[in-house]
Amino acid sequence: MGQLPRLDIKTLPGPETILRRELGNGITFLARENFSSPSVVVSGYLRAGSLQEEPDMAGLASMTAASLMRGTQKRKFGQIYESIESIGARLNFSASKHSISFSAKALAEDLGVLLDLLHEVLLTPTFPKAQVDRLRAEMLTGLGIRDQETSARADLAFNELIYKGHPYAIPTEGTKGTVAQLTATNVRSFHRKYFRPAGMVICIVGGVKARKAANAVSTRFSSWKANGKAPDLSVPSVKPPRGLKRVRVGLEGKSQADLVMGTAGPSRSDPDFLLAALANNILGRFGMFGRIGDVVREQAGLAYYAYSTLAGGDGPGPWQVVAGVNPSNLEQAIELIRGELTKIIKEPPDEDELGDNKANFIGRLPLQLESNEGVAGAIVNAERHSLGIDYFQKYPDLVARVTRDEILRVAQRFIDPDNLAIASAGPPVAGGKPAGRKPGKKKGAGRRPKARGSKT
Amino acid sequence: MSEAVLRTRLRNGLEVRLKEIHTAPLISSWVWYRVGARNEVPGITGISHWVEHMQFKGTPLFPTGTLDRAISREGGTWNAFTWMDWTAYFETMPQDRIELALRVEADRMQNSLFDPAEVESERSVIISEREGSENEPTFRLSEEVHAAAFRVHPYHHMTIGDMADLHTISRDDLYGHYKRHYLPGNAVLAVAGNFKTSTMLRRVRELFGSIPSGPIPEYSNRPEPEQPGERRVTVEGPGQTSFLELAYQGPEATHEDFVPMAVLDSALTGASNLNLFGGGISNKTSRLYKKLVEGELAASVVGGLAATVHPYLYSIMVTVRPESSPEKVLTALDEEIERMLDKAVTVEEVARAIKQAKALFAYASESITNQGFWLGYSEMFADYAWFETYLDRLSKVTPDQVLEVARKRLVPTKRVVGVYRPNGTAAAA
Repeated sequence: MGQLPRLDIKTLPGPETILRRELGNGITFLARENFSSPSVVVSGYLRAGSLQEEPDMAGLASMTAASLMRGTQKRKFGQIYESIESIGARLNFSASKHSISFSAKALAEDLGVLLDLLHEVLLTPTFPKAQVDRLRAEMLTGLGIRDQETSARADLAFNELIYKGHPYAIPTEGTKGTVAQLTATNVRSFHRKYFRPAGMVICIVGGVKARKAANAVSTRFSSWKANGKAPDLSVPSVKPPRGLKRVRVGLEGKSQADLVMGTAGPSRSDPDFLLAALANNILGRFGMFGRIGDVVREQAGLAYYAYSTLAGGDGPGPWQVVAGVNPSNLEQAIELIRGELTKIIKEPPDEDELGDNKANFIGRLPLQLESNEGVAGAIVNAERHSLGIDYFQKYPDLVARVTRDEILRVAQRFIDPDNLAIASAGPPVAGGKPAGRKPGKKKGAGRRPKARGSKT
Repeated sequence: MSEAVLRTRLRNGLEVRLKEIHTAPLISSWVWYRVGARNEVPGITGISHWVEHMQFKGTPLFPTGTLDRAISREGGTWNAFTWMDWTAYFETMPQDRIELALRVEADRMQNSLFDPAEVESERSVIISEREGSENEPTFRLSEEVHAAAFRVHPYHHMTIGDMADLHTISRDDLYGHYKRHYLPGNAVLAVAGNFKTSTMLRRVRELFGSIPSGPIPEYSNRPEPEQPGERRVTVEGPGQTSFLELAYQGPEATHEDFVPMAVLDSALTGASNLNLFGGGISNKTSRLYKKLVEGELAASVVGGLAATVHPYLYSIMVTVRPESSPEKVLTALDEEIERMLDKAVTVEEVARAIKQAKALFAYASESITNQGFWLGYSEMFADYAWFETYLDRLSKVTPDQVLEVARKRLVPTKRVVGVYRPNGTAAAA
């Protein structure tokens, strides 16, 4: 095993360079200066999410997040967007199961514009009926497109198999049936009930003084009345599937089949998460998509993409293998992937392979933390999962200490090749029995497809 | 916009661009070859992209698989892209590990193996890549729109190539294409990041200077003739959603119309993000968003202007709302185009376009990888000065220039109207 990369710990985000403050109303503020950058990034989240929806209102948290910028007590939709687009800035909101997240970027000189707008749309949105109606129609168009996408349909089917009866089975963006019923009144009510400062995190990274940024946030947000504690958005654990649970979604006129198979994985705060992330890297990410990429793409030539992904997050998110294959190669791909899942629970990686993956985890930190977005994302993630602001400085040691047996143990804890959910979506199989639910641009071509990310 | 850039040319013809940036402990190395889909003829469409894939399949010095491992182990990232005018390879590495990237690129400029078994394995990977694209209605539509817009010029076909050719291209075709185009005199090496220029240049000379030069393949252009009238194409396929794509004849990057066209694009559909990495900004104050999306005819509209060697397209893609229709969208869109032709954009719209471009370029400058990208990319269709002077040129654009370019370019007889019409196929249960 070669030597692991040695990073200058002082260059990594840590207590010396991250300013952290808690406001009286429960908002946590974090900042890191980067004066080599002309821009500033603001990102964070509120403790509200689609877990708070009624199942027949799936999509409500997403619609609320998307409606925030559609009008406030002070400004109309057009004026709001004029204020940011005219300066080349952006501000976006999105919902997940456990949070409403925001991310914004502007030239550093325009931080005040961003914070004014963030405050205004979070606290005084009006959700005009005409705007919400229009947004709903746009969302329904989007869901119509999603329902014809093989990758999205395989993912939805996978979630239904693994999370049956669990809130994670319900798509955050809802279905055509549920979204069609949502109204501006529902959105207003969701906002009134669940948007509160307690548990909110706001992080600012870029070419602005941290203390100045702290004051700018405090001035605007400290008067937001507490209105109770942050809600408990925990979710039940998930029982592993029994046997091979299989669903095929047939979509006429498609050329390729998308495959999603796997199980439920650890949450980010699970003590085994880092081990699982390393095991996942070995399985389907390292180099050209790890062992799975090697077997399915490089050796068998079956797929343009075949990789694994570990969600982490606030609950038992999925640990999946994803591949896009010609329908005639689907069964072969499944068996090759199961073979790799068997291998990773039968024997530990050798020292060289583990060493390579550890080196990758440590050595890529400077690249991951190069951009303001990268730093802000990492700091918010550490805060969200109580990793501590010295996490990145401890991280190289945490990785270096991992042993081969620990990788084997964590793989055995979560992965069982005989008990998996296997969902695919593609052209209907002749003679087969397609099953499944019935809900409602890149430049040029390249060698490496864009894989969905796995967090470390 | 930039610090000093070293521009030099090695004796074998390799153009070298070096730019020191000391904001992060990283170096990004790019090699750009002047070969892409425009160098292909029927029978070998898609071959440039396939060669790019084969460049990851090993040399005697670095057998297949070893490099993915080595780059990842060092904490780096690498990838490659093929487009109409070029093929590019990059590695971004911790600063003390860039040696590996430079050695790899020098090696595979001349020594790639193209093992027949690897060629066959990659054939099915590339066919799979194309099948994945075919699952997307907008790919199917754009492919037909390109074919209609370019009857003569090789921008006619998509970079991935036609399926017929992906089945028949041989190992010898691929190797021949590689040997013809992968020459130092047909390439640009661009390195940006935390290094000392003199040291980097010395190492570049050592590694690349001895690669033999060869005859640079002549490019015989087949210019697209004047389009004699509007062309319409319809694609039918699965789904529930219609799409409308308009493609006007756009200027090449070095044409004087390009920059006024960028302002026009910004006013009409929102600022195009010319960067390869990093997100753009929303377009909700653009004229077509207001007309089509606020007008409740469409769910979204995007426009695109690309920097190319030859005249390409200015395209507009609209996602049509189910209760609307492509015809209604086209009528509304034409009203807005008519307004663009009737009266100059406002001074405020020009100012917004400038500020948006400034912001997007500033965001781009934060990434070492993106800096390396621009250093070489700009050389593919112009030179680095094109990038360095872009904002200056943009800030000099007047509303009258935008009006002039609109009247010249947004002409119905010079456009293709493409419609994707869903055939109503529902998901099989």
